[in-house]
Amino acid sequence: MKTFHKGGVHPNDNKLNADAPAQVLPFDGTYCILVSQHLGAPSTPIVKKGDKVKRGQPLTENTAFLSSVVHAPVSGTVQNVAEAPDAGNFARPAIFIQPDGDEAADFISDDPTLDREIRLSPAEIIERVKAMGIVGLGGACFPTHVKLSIPKDCKAEYLLVNGVECEPYLIDDYRLMLDKPDEILVGVSILMKALSVDKAIIGIEANKPKAIALLKGKAAYDGISVEVLKMKYPQGAEKQLVKALTGREVPSGKLPINAGCVIQNVGTCFAVYEAVQKHKPLTERLVTVTGPLVKEPRNFWVKIGTPVSALVEACGGLPENTGKIIAGGPMMGKALPHLDVPVTKGLSALLLLPDEQAHRRTPAHCIRCGKCVAACPMGLEPYLLHAAVLNKRMDLCERHHITDCIECGCCQYTCPSFRPLLDTLRLGKNTVNQIIRNRNTTK
Amino acid sequence: MTTFLYAVLLLAATGLIAAVVLYFIAMKFKVEEDPRIDLVAERLPGANCGACGKAGCRDLAKALVESDGQTELHCPVCSNEEWAAVAELMGMHADTCEVKIPVVRCQGGHLNSIRQTTYEGLESCAFAHSLHAGENGCSYGCLGLGDCTRACAFNCLSMDPKTGLATVNEAICTACGNCAKACPRGIIELRYKHAQEGRIYVGCHTEDKGALAMKHCLSACIGCGKCAKSCPVGAIKVENNLAYIDFTRCTHCGTCVEVCPRKSIVSTHPAVSAPSN
Repeated sequence: MKTFHKGGVHPNDNKLNADAPAQVLPFDGTYCILVSQHLGAPSTPIVKKGDKVKRGQPLTENTAFLSSVVHAPVSGTVQNVAEAPDAGNFARPAIFIQPDGDEAADFISDDPTLDREIRLSPAEIIERVKAMGIVGLGGACFPTHVKLSIPKDCKAEYLLVNGVECEPYLIDDYRLMLDKPDEILVGVSILMKALSVDKAIIGIEANKPKAIALLKGKAAYDGISVEVLKMKYPQGAEKQLVKALTGREVPSGKLPINAGCVIQNVGTCFAVYEAVQKHKPLTERLVTVTGPLVKEPRNFWVKIGTPVSALVEACGGLPENTGKIIAGGPMMGKALPHLDVPVTKGLSALLLLPDEQAHRRTPAHCIRCGKCVAACPMGLEPYLLHAAVLNKRMDLCERHHITDCIECGCCQYTCPSFRPLLDTLRLGKNTVNQIIRNRNTTK
Repeated sequence: MTTFLYAVLLLAATGLIAAVVLYFIAMKFKVEEDPRIDLVAERLPGANCGACGKAGCRDLAKALVESDGQTELHCPVCSNEEWAAVAELMGMHADTCEVKIPVVRCQGGHLNSIRQTTYEGLESCAFAHSLHAGENGCSYGCLGLGDCTRACAFNCLSMDPKTGLATVNEAICTACGNCAKACPRGIIELRYKHAQEGRIYVGCHTEDKGALAMKHCLSACIGCGKCAKSCPVGAIKVENNLAYIDFTRCTHCGTCVEVCPRKSIVSTHPAVSAPSN
């Protein structure tokens, strides 16, 4: 079995809701759609208070290339265009919609039958993907049409499909592969056409035998192969996946496209299928609600804009001893300040941790054991960068490639002294990126 | 005896030759330096805090001398008299400037705001600011992790354990401004010290709308504008839901302190005491 070779850790995979089928979450309260749910230039609302909107109607617009738009998840009335807290509790512009009936925008096709014939040209596919607001659903929310627009000096040879889901607890990609295998494969074919590549590899970790068997059994798609990968975190990170599936190394400071690869998450492939074949914008996604204390761990099809409290309610309410609620997985997720935060395109799971697992342990001194160096999948020296950031030696950080850090958290996970390595590396990475940006603009 | 004599003579001769060689080498490689640099550097504080924008006090002295005093560089740490002495060395006359002091424009902390979440990560405001709005939900308020105290080269800022806010030790503060630069939220502002009259300023930095600001903090400015209307000299303006008192025009009359319904205006004036919350 293939895998990447440098670093990595083996946390317990804890896939608690692997067998819970995905169900639709009904919610008829007010939807709160954050205006910017993607990486890149923010977009501006084009609806105003009192407007009637149909399901799938675009709510924002923008002209920048690196950006994306949001659409109405339900039909109803725009209650307000105001500010709402995001996952960090910062007030961000948002559109509130009061649902009323279910009237779909006229371009949407709600026909559930599988449509295999790809009618659009590559340029039309990219245009459609942009108009339907598709972003990378692995978590980073990078606009997909930007990834599909290959720079002139690069050439894509492989499309790598990320069904790895290496992070503990997360299971939404697995459920999607079991429930919508054909749609995903058609989505992969569409992306292959858009990129004009003839080889696509779906990478799945060995702890998902059902999904592997199911996708391997579908032989009707040309050029798509399924590769089983050895379990290791962070296999789902782009550079690690390129290494594991193709054996190629992405150069420091470069993107996977420089190694001839484009990576898309299986969730994104499904969203692309819906957008291109059914003309459906990205307004709902699969979310796992999980955790050791959750009474009924479940997977839901949730409309973007539903408050996360509705998800917790549907799983039997907030357990008494909950210490932390994390949006995403335990390794890279973000702790939520409260339950009024709305579901965004990037929310893959809601993890409820009991109080005894929720707190950090007191950091002790670095004992120079080197475990963080062995664990770092990017080959960095976290202990050194940690000290350099604390002493404000940003020149040293830059020289030791702090900007290559993928923030996977392996260093902090292995540290026997519980030092906040990831925190300092993130701080240092942000600072160094800022310094580099300033330097480039003053030049 | 002769052995002893030979040894002494040999050593003396070697020393003499070495001294002559070293003298000529030193003459050859002599660095011409303006003697005023040392004199100016002696009169600078010597803390190397970097507040002037140079690498240290000697670097500033060098820059001052090399430009013959024709420079915008200024040591904010020097008092007016000390700076005048430096100017005198350069054969010039220095303008006096009003002494400043940093004020912390947040009164949230543990006493006035309700903690909704608990932060356990790295003790760094810059990092916490990149993660979340703050334990009380106010995205403009003091995070209480002490980046400003670590930036201070003179050790005059400290975090008050009772309020969780930064406090300035006025006696030793030199107003170098490093704390204001270190704060990721720009809460710290340098204002005229007015040692006799004290300072009157808005102790809040939130630009949130009134209703939201009130939810976060008991002493939040809601931008109602009462202070601006009451100010007899028109020194107060309200922008982005936040009142700001222009310290160059404030006359310390204390009217705004009395009318503020949120008690968010702070006064250090001996005669104008801010009502406590």
